[in-house]
Amino acid sequence: MTKLGDAAKYIRSKSAGPFWVTIDIFCEDAASFDRIAGSPALAPRAVARLFGVSENMIRQYRLPSIHVFKISFPRPHVQGSPGDADSHAGQYFVPLLSVDLD
Amino acid sequence: MKEAPASCRVLVPSGVLGSGCPDEALARGVSLAPDCIAVDGGSTDSGPYYLGTGTSKMTRQATKHDLRQLMLARDRLGVPLLVGSCGTSGTDAGVDWMADIAREIAREEGLRARLALVYSEIGPGALLPYIQTGRTAPLDPALPLTAEQVEECEHIVGLLGYEPLAEAIADGAEIVLSGRTTDTAVLSAVPLMRGFPAGASWHAAKTAECGGLCTVETRRGGVFFTIDADGFEIEPLDGANRCTPYTVSAHLLYENADPFRLKEPGIILDAADARYEALDARRVRVTGSRAEVVPYTIKLEGAGGHGYRTMVFSAIADPKLLARFDEWLCNLDAWLRAGIARVFGLGEADYGLDFRAYGMNALNPVPPAVPPHEVGLMTLVWAPTQELATEIAKYCNPMLLHFPLNPDDPLPSFAFPFSPAEVELGRQYEFKLNHVVTVDRPDAFARTVFETIGEGARD
Repeated sequence: MTKLGDAAKYIRSKSAGPFWVTIDIFCEDAASFDRIAGSPALAPRAVARLFGVSENMIRQYRLPSIHVFKISFPRPHVQGSPGDADSHAGQYFVPLLSVDLD
Repeated sequence: MKEAPASCRVLVPSGVLGSGCPDEALARGVSLAPDCIAVDGGSTDSGPYYLGTGTSKMTRQATKHDLRQLMLARDRLGVPLLVGSCGTSGTDAGVDWMADIAREIAREEGLRARLALVYSEIGPGALLPYIQTGRTAPLDPALPLTAEQVEECEHIVGLLGYEPLAEAIADGAEIVLSGRTTDTAVLSAVPLMRGFPAGASWHAAKTAECGGLCTVETRRGGVFFTIDADGFEIEPLDGANRCTPYTVSAHLLYENADPFRLKEPGIILDAADARYEALDARRVRVTGSRAEVVPYTIKLEGAGGHGYRTMVFSAIADPKLLARFDEWLCNLDAWLRAGIARVFGLGEADYGLDFRAYGMNALNPVPPAVPPHEVGLMTLVWAPTQELATEIAKYCNPMLLHFPLNPDDPLPSFAFPFSPAEVELGRQYEFKLNHVVTVDRPDAFARTVFETIGEGARD
């Protein structure tokens, strides 16, 4: 059992405008990238469930040249709306750290 | 006949005016003989309050410090200075705020300059014809724009492209202070107006929009980029700092939902096939960026007020309570709601009561394996008026201080850090728009005004 938080080099999240959040998973090397970017635990359905958003709004981008797996989706709470507790979405990545890759 | 220059050089001092660029880094950039100095002055990044109120997030003092530095550099170089999204949200008030600072500096330093103010705030009346004729469109995940949504906004701005800024410079502006403008348009305006390739110009601007963030040591000032016929080169202003193919290519990920295709007014930058090559230890060359021409749209941003909030922050470290925290909070919530209904005669839709347990699960919904050491409990009350929000918060106060875990417990007391415990947060603002408007011309929502500042100073 490997947690994403241990397998990835660095993970960050940030608002991409007030309505979207984007999460960048930086991997150490090509092998680690392949494992993370190909893990069913990070498939759109799993990510949608983790963040409580609809599966068809999950966007995923793979950048093998810099070993980055990127995930974007609409913020469950629009920035600054009554339920929003993280204006810059800077801590949105945290639930991903404990995802089991296999 | 004078030969057209083979390159266009842009000095970007920082990611946002007011965040500072070390003097030595700026001096090095100036020594590289830029064709313009360009910097962004705003963002929606800090939330809807700044657009809702038309006020600046950056302090006036820091903004004036940076603008002085740039106006002095511009004067020495004799090149245009562009500042976009003035006053954080780029409202008309934001442009006027920045113009006032520029006039003050011109007087204090004896600098004379031709100033263009390019406003981009949109009155609700100006948008209605576009809604009626179906020329507005929602962006994911929004629904189609309605007149009601427009009416709910205190301020609406349109994100300008580079054209109105370029036009102001062509008309003689030496300093351009613009309302809301895409960060990239501010940085690419001079290369694009001089006919340099759109792909390289937009890609360079996208890379440089956050100043030093595309470098290895991100806090040592901004960057300098050079556009030519085949691509662009970028380097940090600071001589000891470095740009690498990794830092430059990775920057396209930042605050950007799609790292390959970036929408700008009238074009889509396609960076999927871009090649990044180290020229030496600190400079990177980028080629292969493309720009696709698409129908010209202007993105809208709008924010409006929605009630008022009052906060109470209390803290708990009693391990017995923390071991059963969820149960305690659930009981407290029910007790308070019943009381609010009884005492104020309010229904659930008439007010808001929200708890955030910092240290427990305010940010991370995954429950902690063991109870935390202590918890900070933020209680947020929302109501249509500030007075009512505070009245409800005051009503909650004794229970936030004393609510027992078990009905027969001796009266506990928790930790309030302040007296009074209630903190009025003012009006709550929300972003109301996530839409674009199709326009006939890039300056459809731009209004440009010229003036000469530092009149009476030396010519």
